[in-house]
Amino acid sequence: MSSVSLVVRNAVWKKKKVDLLVARGRVAALIPSARKTRVEAAQEVDASGLLLLPSLTDCHTHLREPGFEYKEDIASGLDAAAHGGFGNVLCMANTDPVNDNATVTERMLDRARAAWPHGPRLYPIGALSRGLKAEELAPMAELAGAGCVAFSNDGLPVPRAEFFRRAMEYAWDQGKVVIDHCEEPSMARGAGMNEGVVSGRLGLPAQPDVAEAAQVARDILLADYLKIPIHLAHISCRRSVELIAWAKERGVPVTAETCPHYLTLTEERVEGYDTAAKVNPPLRTRDDVEAMLQALRTGVIDILATDHAPHAAHEKEVEFDLAPCGISGLDTALSVTWGLVEKKLLALDDLVRAWSEAPCRVFGLPENRFQAGDPADFLLFDPTAAWEVTPEAMRSKGKNTPLLGTRLRGRVAAHFLGGKKVV
Amino acid sequence: MQWRHKDLLDVSQLSADEARHVLDTARYFREINSRPVKKVPTLKGRSVVLFFAEPSTRTKTSFDVAGKRLSADTFSLAKSGSSLSKGESLKDTALTLQAMNPDAIVLRHSAGGAAQFMAERLECSVINAGDGRHAHPTQALLDAFTLTERWGALKGRTVLILGDIAHSRVARSNVLLLNLLGARVRLCGPRTLLPPGVDTWEAEVFSDLGKAVRGADAVMCLRLQLERMQAGLLPDLREYSRTFGLGEGHMAQAAPDALVLHPGPINRGVEIASDLADSGRSMILDQVASGVAVRMALLFLYMTRKSAE
Ligand SMILES: [Zn+2]
Repeated sequence: MSSVSLVVRNAVWKKKKVDLLVARGRVAALIPSARKTRVEAAQEVDASGLLLLPSLTDCHTHLREPGFEYKEDIASGLDAAAHGGFGNVLCMANTDPVNDNATVTERMLDRARAAWPHGPRLYPIGALSRGLKAEELAPMAELAGAGCVAFSNDGLPVPRAEFFRRAMEYAWDQGKVVIDHCEEPSMARGAGMNEGVVSGRLGLPAQPDVAEAAQVARDILLADYLKIPIHLAHISCRRSVELIAWAKERGVPVTAETCPHYLTLTEERVEGYDTAAKVNPPLRTRDDVEAMLQALRTGVIDILATDHAPHAAHEKEVEFDLAPCGISGLDTALSVTWGLVEKKLLALDDLVRAWSEAPCRVFGLPENRFQAGDPADFLLFDPTAAWEVTPEAMRSKGKNTPLLGTRLRGRVAAHFLGGKKVV
Repeated sequence: MQWRHKDLLDVSQLSADEARHVLDTARYFREINSRPVKKVPTLKGRSVVLFFAEPSTRTKTSFDVAGKRLSADTFSLAKSGSSLSKGESLKDTALTLQAMNPDAIVLRHSAGGAAQFMAERLECSVINAGDGRHAHPTQALLDAFTLTERWGALKGRTVLILGDIAHSRVARSNVLLLNLLGARVRLCGPRTLLPPGVDTWEAEVFSDLGKAVRGADAVMCLRLQLERMQAGLLPDLREYSRTFGLGEGHMAQAAPDALVLHPGPINRGVEIASDLADSGRSMILDQVASGVAVRMALLFLYMTRKSAE
């Protein structure tokens, strides 16, 4: 194996000590460390005490460029992604201008390549409708040609079922899946809080979980009727999960994602009018959190995504009503979900499936399963490294997270993409 | 009692003893209000900013009178005319106010949590004069004062709060305080105007006024906002007044000598029958008088508290 450029020794993968051999940016072999193969390589890394993981894919981020670079730009967002363990990043189209034409898509891709030539790799998601107005279809063939990997109206849910149906059909002609932000808009106006006991006490306008579930039901029925896949973004509640489970049992081509905060935080975090916990869909109840964990374990929820939504500090330091929705997630996502593994609420396999296998499969991206020929995109993860979530520790420009000041365990020690060390 | 709080954000911050202490202090100040010379030098040289980012002539006037009777200097800052109307953030307003170094700020704001937001950023006392749909502690205290003046104590009494509970900061604060002082609370309104999770509140909930009023010692009507109809929460005023408007007939079902309250300004003939509002049962003007006394008590307690070194 003279062409091997990198050897990672003594890493733990699936509870076994392994050596990873990389050649020409791809996995050459994964072998038990005990075998003590004599391999000469330009670079050797001793990964004793570290877990080997495939690099993560985040299928739902907001990178804010073009238009809102003060919140985040492609370079800073990919920086946070690289350090957070993400090798592939799918970014939403609600930029300014909206990513509804090839010029915007190409510019995004150029910016990403210039800032991070070896990755993380950016995969733009095209707008479903022009200007996200849900009135005219976006030129999806043009967008797909320019490099968009999926289509979504995320940020501005589509109210009209007929329009949404046509969008699903047209996108599928391009071989692309539609990602829907499930929110029945008339029930969910201007709210970043779950309707329930806490909203009643605080007197805040709020949206009920049924606003999400009603749209989930619509999307499932459309996917069933059209026989066209649909991907449901950031699912947050039991009611939705039960519908998705029903759909999967029937064989409806539906996939779904949830985010670390829906697995860990509840609506009580809004108490004290904490705008850092204002997110859309809103944080739900303890019962919903349990339903989300269960759904992830059983595969009813396929994918983990960050819904990384960075905002500037001054935008969040306002009255709750006025604050924008969103949590900055790329920096903390892996540590937060690793915490669930430590608590035995999830298995490590669940994480690998939801952060890597499933998103690559659903969006047709190359995936690293540590088989010869796979892209050498991997992490060395230190499961014991503790760190405090501080503005300084976060790479994203968006410091808006309810986790500020908390200590997390587990951190990326090194991150390789195409065999090149990016962190 | 040594007052230990910096701010009054809601009645949930108060113990029962503290709430009673406010009412006792108010009783003392009410006596001043009935003297020929209604001014005492208690807060001479101290300054109070009345910052009303949402219009409310009543509450503002009440605080203004309360401050002046204690010889404090009161300054008004309204949303129109202040930099707030020019798009200044609440944070910058807080910093600006802080720079003027007042002893207390009385805040009325349309956003829930605005008082807490200010309190976290200001060194002076913040007294919440109503934030969004969240809390209106001084109204609750003046309502409790009005009732205790008549009854002696609230323990064992049943108070019905009637109307738009969901959007009412008055209702939220009153539920907390009435319970704290030993009263039983009932709530009544159409289901569209009941807040989510109301079944977890310390109150019996009704949508039938006839049942709700039975045996009640007092009925607190809430002000109905016309926008509730535009929001699709009610068909029209006529139907509301026929179903939830309080009339003499209802009062016949209540306890003998039952009282009627309203935080004002009232929509006559909508929330409450006009005759009833002017009847001997009506405490509406007593509430106004109590308001000044209670706010004097609050300004006194908060502005003379010993700040924790
Ligand atoms: Zn979304």
